Amino acid sequence: MTDSKYFTTTKKGEIFELKAELNSDKKEKKKEAVKKVIASMTVGKDVSALFPDVVNCMQTDNLELKKLVYLYLMNYAKSQPDMAIMAVNTFVKDCEDPNPLIRALAVRTMGCIRVDKITEYLCEPLRKCLKDEDPYVRKTAAVCVAKLHDINAQLVEDQGFLDTLKDLISDSNPMVVANAVAALSEIAESHPNSNLLDLNPQTINKLLTALNECTEWGQIFILDCLANYTPRDDRESQSICERVTPRLSHANSAVVLSAVKVLMKFMEMLPKDLDYYGTLLKKLAPPLVTLLSAEPELQYVALRNINLIVQKRPEILKHEMKVFFVKYNDPIYVKLEKLDIMIRLASQANIAQVLAELKEYATEVDVDFVRKAVRAIGRCAIKVEQSAERCVSTLLDLIQTKVNYVVQEAIVVIKDIFRKYPNKYESVIATLCENLDSLDEPEARAAMIWIVGEYAERIDNADELLESFLEGFHDESTQVQLQLLTAIVKLFLKKPTETQELVQQVLSLATQDSDNPDLRDRGYIYWRLLSTDPVAAKEVVLAEKPLISEETDLIEPTLLDELICHIGSLASVYHKPPSAFVEGSRGVQHKRLPPRSGSGESTESPEGAHSGGAAIPEAVPAVIPSQGDLLGDLLNLDLGPPTTGVAPAPTSAMQMGAMDLLGGGLDSLMGDDSEPLGGDIGGSPAIGAGFGGTPAVMPASLNAPVGGGLGDLFDLGGGVGTTTSAYVAPKTVWLLAMKAKGLEIAGTFSRRGGVIHMELSLTNKAMSVMTDFAIQFNRNSFGLAPAGPLQVLTPLSPNQTTEVSLPLSTVGPVMKMEPLNNLQVAVKNNIDVFYFSCLYPISILFVEDGKMERQVFLATWKDIPNENEAQFHIKDCHLNSDAASSKLQSSNIFTIAKRTVDNQDMLYQSIKLTNGIWVLAELRLQAGNSNYTLSLKCRAPEVSQCVLQCYETVLKN
Amino acid sequence: MIHSLFLVSTAGHIFLEKHWKSVISRSVCDYLFEAQGKASAPENVPPVIATPHHYLISVYRDRIFFVAVIQTEVPPLFVIEFLHRVAETFQDYFGECSEASIKDNVVIVYELLEEMLDNGFPLATEANILKEMIKPPTILRSVVNTITGGRELRSVFAWSVAQGSGSSNVGGTLPTGQLSNIPWRRTGVKYTNNEAYFDVVEEIDAILDKSGTVVFAEIQGVIDACVKLSGMPDLTLSFVNPRLLDDVSFHPCVRFKRWEAERVLSFIPPDGNFRLMSYHVNAQNLVAIPVYVKQNVSFFETGSSGRLDITVGPKQTMGKTIEDVVITVHMPKVVLNANLTTNQGTSTYDPVTKVLVWDIGKLNQQKVPNLKGSLSLQSGAPRPDENPTLNIDLRIQQLAISGLKVNRLNMFGEKYKPFKGVKYVTKAGKFQVRT
Repeated sequence: MTDSKYFTTTKKGEIFELKAELNSDKKEKKKEAVKKVIASMTVGKDVSALFPDVVNCMQTDNLELKKLVYLYLMNYAKSQPDMAIMAVNTFVKDCEDPNPLIRALAVRTMGCIRVDKITEYLCEPLRKCLKDEDPYVRKTAAVCVAKLHDINAQLVEDQGFLDTLKDLISDSNPMVVANAVAALSEIAESHPNSNLLDLNPQTINKLLTALNECTEWGQIFILDCLANYTPRDDRESQSICERVTPRLSHANSAVVLSAVKVLMKFMEMLPKDLDYYGTLLKKLAPPLVTLLSAEPELQYVALRNINLIVQKRPEILKHEMKVFFVKYNDPIYVKLEKLDIMIRLASQANIAQVLAELKEYATEVDVDFVRKAVRAIGRCAIKVEQSAERCVSTLLDLIQTKVNYVVQEAIVVIKDIFRKYPNKYESVIATLCENLDSLDEPEARAAMIWIVGEYAERIDNADELLESFLEGFHDESTQVQLQLLTAIVKLFLKKPTETQELVQQVLSLATQDSDNPDLRDRGYIYWRLLSTDPVAAKEVVLAEKPLISEETDLIEPTLLDELICHIGSLASVYHKPPSAFVEGSRGVQHKRLPPRSGSGESTESPEGAHSGGAAIPEAVPAVIPSQGDLLGDLLNLDLGPPTTGVAPAPTSAMQMGAMDLLGGGLDSLMGDDSEPLGGDIGGSPAIGAGFGGTPAVMPASLNAPVGGGLGDLFDLGGGVGTTTSAYVAPKTVWLLAMKAKGLEIAGTFSRRGGVIHMELSLTNKAMSVMTDFAIQFNRNSFGLAPAGPLQVLTPLSPNQTTEVSLPLSTVGPVMKMEPLNNLQVAVKNNIDVFYFSCLYPISILFVEDGKMERQVFLATWKDIPNENEAQFHIKDCHLNSDAASSKLQSSNIFTIAKRTVDNQDMLYQSIKLTNGIWVLAELRLQAGNSNYTLSLKCRAPEVSQCVLQCYETVLKN
Repeated sequence: MIHSLFLVSTAGHIFLEKHWKSVISRSVCDYLFEAQGKASAPENVPPVIATPHHYLISVYRDRIFFVAVIQTEVPPLFVIEFLHRVAETFQDYFGECSEASIKDNVVIVYELLEEMLDNGFPLATEANILKEMIKPPTILRSVVNTITGGRELRSVFAWSVAQGSGSSNVGGTLPTGQLSNIPWRRTGVKYTNNEAYFDVVEEIDAILDKSGTVVFAEIQGVIDACVKLSGMPDLTLSFVNPRLLDDVSFHPCVRFKRWEAERVLSFIPPDGNFRLMSYHVNAQNLVAIPVYVKQNVSFFETGSSGRLDITVGPKQTMGKTIEDVVITVHMPKVVLNANLTTNQGTSTYDPVTKVLVWDIGKLNQQKVPNLKGSLSLQSGAPRPDENPTLNIDLRIQQLAISGLKVNRLNMFGEKYKPFKGVKYVTKAGKFQVRT
């Protein structure tokens, strides 16, 4: 008997016929009729009109008929709530049936009827079933609680079902435990803050026992639940890992991946020198490889997860490159993922194999895949320096194939290779130029134009080439137009004599004929630059470019850590935290990796760094935002994806400069400021930094620091003891790892022995070793500059922290900053250049010979006009005047005299800054009053606010 | 968890829907159709598709998309595994998993889906348990199917059969296995002939490059079992050389501890057919490539033609014969026809699908099969950019190419003496030769 006949009855009067059959006396006929109804329902036909007739068939002892009616009820009860009530009695009766199968079936079906009125009647039977003697009924009832919660959450809480469910976690039957966990997890998802799954060592032990005995699906639920637990210490962590590892050999890939999640997470807690840690690493590779021999859909999910695992722990799969080789009949989504992982695993050891494969892929049929393969070759060149030469020659071979899209992709990546290895492969330019005409995609055209502009001096007919692009200027995309503008300006700066006409042409095209504001603005900037100061223009346009990074699309470490906790989930497929996309998960908790315990070199402060974006300490200064993009944009460095995040360059100075440029005030500035432009920040295009001009605040005492320095020397001999106790603020994080490709910098400032020190902690949170550190400051209010190179002697390996103390001088270039004590810093390593800004306490600038003569003090106090006096209140200080005085003295705030009037102590104090500015202070304290009054007098009143801050920090710490 | 399931044919026809929670409109499948429109072939439709309110997780099997709709964070692998399990259950119940067979048995399908998932949580997915609760279509019916073939006739015939017997296909007893510690085995199994057969099947996945050098090779092995033993037998299977296996996954029945400690498979088997274990050998030196292939496929710049010359011969076969050798080549689109001659087997070229199939049969040492001739290309079309890849199929009986050998099978717990047997076969999996 086949059921296909049910599909054929589409004639009129069908419902009527069915009605008659449903009311037939014959059992068999009834059953057949119900089957027909179900079949119609399955294909989406509306048979709800038959509701009363079908429900009438429910009271039967035929289990199959009962099941069929239940199926129907589940589908249509919602649309016929009043009729559905009719069924309640039968349900309640069935819940008492001696046959556990029927009891379970009844409670299961009732939960699926999403009608409020029915759910009320469900509570009592459900409560009974949760305590049923038969585990089959209990496990069905456990799921029913989740169903009920979905319909009416309040009811479930009021009836206390959640507690009963929690009790079921300790049930003797593993299947009941698994279902209880599954139900609780689902309920918890809609109540992120409830403490439903209260995991403690006892429950964990129960779960682990059940894990061995329940079905594969139950194992998934339990493993996912285990992953939310944070073990108390590494021993507990290890013992859980040991009991979870056998799951890696399960035939169900979802079980395997959930087990991988638990292990990846708990491994974080194991000390790396533990033997077991190494064993575990070795055990993880084979199951991951096995996942790749499963069905393509499974492979896809596995590959997305492997992509995360490879970023977190590259050592696991570093020898398994070959399993990621692409087969020509893999689905395209698998191919692209494999390619991604191949590039991540590429290293010097396997680069030859990888390149041979990539070259093979470049001749495949699928265009998207071919393109990605060609790009991958470029990425290999950038990642593995030793292979660059081979990559370039491979790319040249590919260009020779003349396949249009291959050529275009090749040119785009060759541009990046030029960026990474300047002055090395320029010999290939001639070959590239041959293919100029075949380029029809904006990205490739822009890349080619960049190359021509960048190497204009080596290409004889660069002007002709660029001119040929210029003909169709208006038809080009913006990307190409911008690039062409920059390239021609570069050309002009390199060969000014022959190309004047060309540059004028492009500038007028950009500024007068274009509607695009970006293009117009850039045109104007260049124009003004060129017309006012060609030398400056050269510095700007031909500035040295920051390095491009080796690894691209790396997931930032904090997000990566969070995603590792979500291995196997949708989040891991999309590489986004669940909060970013899963609907209905209101306020999902951010999961985080447990901190590694017992390792002294633990890199992060426990509450700060691990909080995964949830609670970034307030003090973290914003990494300089992307106003700097303007600069990158000017130079067109943002071309092409692999050069992500280039040139977030110096900021406020730059902005000022740029603004001046636009306002036309350049002329006056340029007139007297003959300092070379840029060059402050090593390796970065620090244009505009000089445009700000010398800030007016600074008195003409730029020479003073030298004197101050001498004074320091003397002081060093005198009173070392006093300087040691100066207050040093604790380190704060200045540069977040996620903004700096894994480099985290925390630091503070101190003044020791008359020398200013910047105390830095550099932490490598990336996966690769960091070397070649260097540091530069932007010009700042007090001319702070590094007095020596940044001494990071050994390469910084992943997860290592190094402490550096960098002596600073105050003889650097000066520019007023806002706020005054703002310092912009550029740190370079082998990966990239990073920028951040921080505030230094002005007390580090208080020199040791800042004690004024009494007479001089009085005279100076009078001499400084009253409008320069600022008065502040310092609250909640409980020091007496002597204690305050000695405390301040250790920070080079010297008390010259003390007067007591009306029970009030007045301290007269002097401070001298490194640049020779004197600050005079009067501090009034009253015994029993915790509020001090501070009056400051200075010729440069701008510093007062900073000085106040110093008083506050020194007095309160 | 899993909210709804839609079965969709490649033509875009939704022929079955099932909702475990509230009803989700079938219009949600439009997102799948959109993705299908973008993909070059149904196989290339991505398995996870995000829509504004739901996620579609699909598998493509036997020309049917199994589309699960989910709403909350659910492990996609869990869903995909489950969907494959659904397809396998249909296969098991109806002999094939096709639109026609599903429609023919829609009520059973519905009952099965209801039994397999409750509120989106898997309930019973073991074939053994399902069959206890929902009886598969009767053997009589499948006999009738084969005799009559025609559907109309069949249903009439079957109708009378079912009427006569009046049997129900839902069992009235509690599935015993579902609650025991060995959910995969039902109790009270009885056979007159007690037998246990094991098939060791190995597939070679390999990529050879132009010159015949191995770029990548690994062996995917499985041990499929057909165990029909009465009572509660406890089996122990040991290997001559278990060290070969370092990457294994087991059926839940296998006791992992004993494998870890003694490298033997100790288990209480499910009843009937099941996959005992699968394994993976990817150490290059252990993977022998049984054939060599010399090939030259080239297209000429002028004259719209090309040449093809393929030679295949046996290499490392450990004295066994290689059978059922078939070479398939997906030609570039511009290849109109092929004019080829061979000294063994037959070759056909389908100008529509652009697939060249050379069915060789047995390879013997004396005569080396060769296929050569010319290819005619669409006139005026440029020379194709891509190189076609050769796909090789082959089979070697009585050999596991990795060298794996079963040592012995012992049975405990029951008194009778079972028939035992082990068969080995090596096949080509994804065996590709690049040109």
